[in-house]
Amino acid sequence: MRAGLLLMLALVLASPAAAAPPRASLPDIEDEVMCLECRTPLNVSTSAVADQQRAFISELIARGLTKDEVKAELVAEYGPRVLGQPEDEGFGLAAWLVPILAGLAALALVILTARRWRRAPGEDVPAAAAGEAGAAGTGLDPDDARRLDAELAAFDR
Amino acid sequence: MRRAYWPVTIAAALLVGLLAYGLTTNGTDTTLDAAVAKGERPEPPVGTALPRLGGEGSASLADYKGKVVLVNVWASWCDPCVDELPLVQETHEMMQGKGGTVLGIDVKENSGAALKAVDEFGLTYPNLRDRDGDFVRKWGQTGYPENFVIDREGRIAAVRRFPITQQWVDETVAPLLDEGT
Repeated sequence: MRAGLLLMLALVLASPAAAAPPRASLPDIEDEVMCLECRTPLNVSTSAVADQQRAFISELIARGLTKDEVKAELVAEYGPRVLGQPEDEGFGLAAWLVPILAGLAALALVILTARRWRRAPGEDVPAAAAGEAGAAGTGLDPDDARRLDAELAAFDR
Repeated sequence: MRRAYWPVTIAAALLVGLLAYGLTTNGTDTTLDAAVAKGERPEPPVGTALPRLGGEGSASLADYKGKVVLVNVWASWCDPCVDELPLVQETHEMMQGKGGTVLGIDVKENSGAALKAVDEFGLTYPNLRDRDGDFVRKWGQTGYPENFVIDREGRIAAVRRFPITQQWVDETVAPLLDEGT
């Protein structure tokens, strides 16, 4: 009975602690924040402005703010650029669009290449020429195929 | 060229174009310096209002039209900026009685750190906050501190991209205070 009560008490006391967000730390935050002047992540920046940003983050952590609260405070003080996110207007828009366009271009390239590979070997070369020097499906014209055969034959000798 | 390579070629050309555009648009703009060096008085770049340091609301250069304004770009993490603050304050006191003011633009720092410097140096002139440096970038900023003198018409009369000296204040700011009074 007593053990059961103690267990219940422990569970009741433990639950708020488990629900509380994890305590923020400088190393956890500074790799997600930019040094505004150096334009590098804060964790690799050594300038005076970076030192001041770190001091500000440490101050916020000491006040008991969570990681998300610290980041919100940083945006309020320094603007959204401090989180390293590109702007959604002007040239900054390219940072959002280029990866999407590059991905689409890569996909198109893969599809085009796959379609070429899937084509039947006879499609590229007419049936009559297909037998010539084993050129079918190689993409070689008959003259090149003949030269290749001759070279290979010479190599085999 | 084989048909399958066209998308790659187009994508590469677009990337090169984008890089060229980025390099040309993100470089330092020397238009103001060139114009002032020729004796012209260009209009300041159009900028949005900036929040007041340690106060409510925002302000812009347009609010100071009719006054000679020494725009001082600074930050408390910048040692040369801090070194010139006493002279900037003295200049403000000199300008105040003659229809002029210093307007500080505090760049890329939290307001707590900036206000600490304001208290420490007893700065009495207004300061605005350029949180991410976007405002001063349009002025062709190359470093810290930077100083610009705006005449009573709201045009840029002088540019100094390093700390001010008493001699520069006497030769540049003082004559402008006598203009149009």
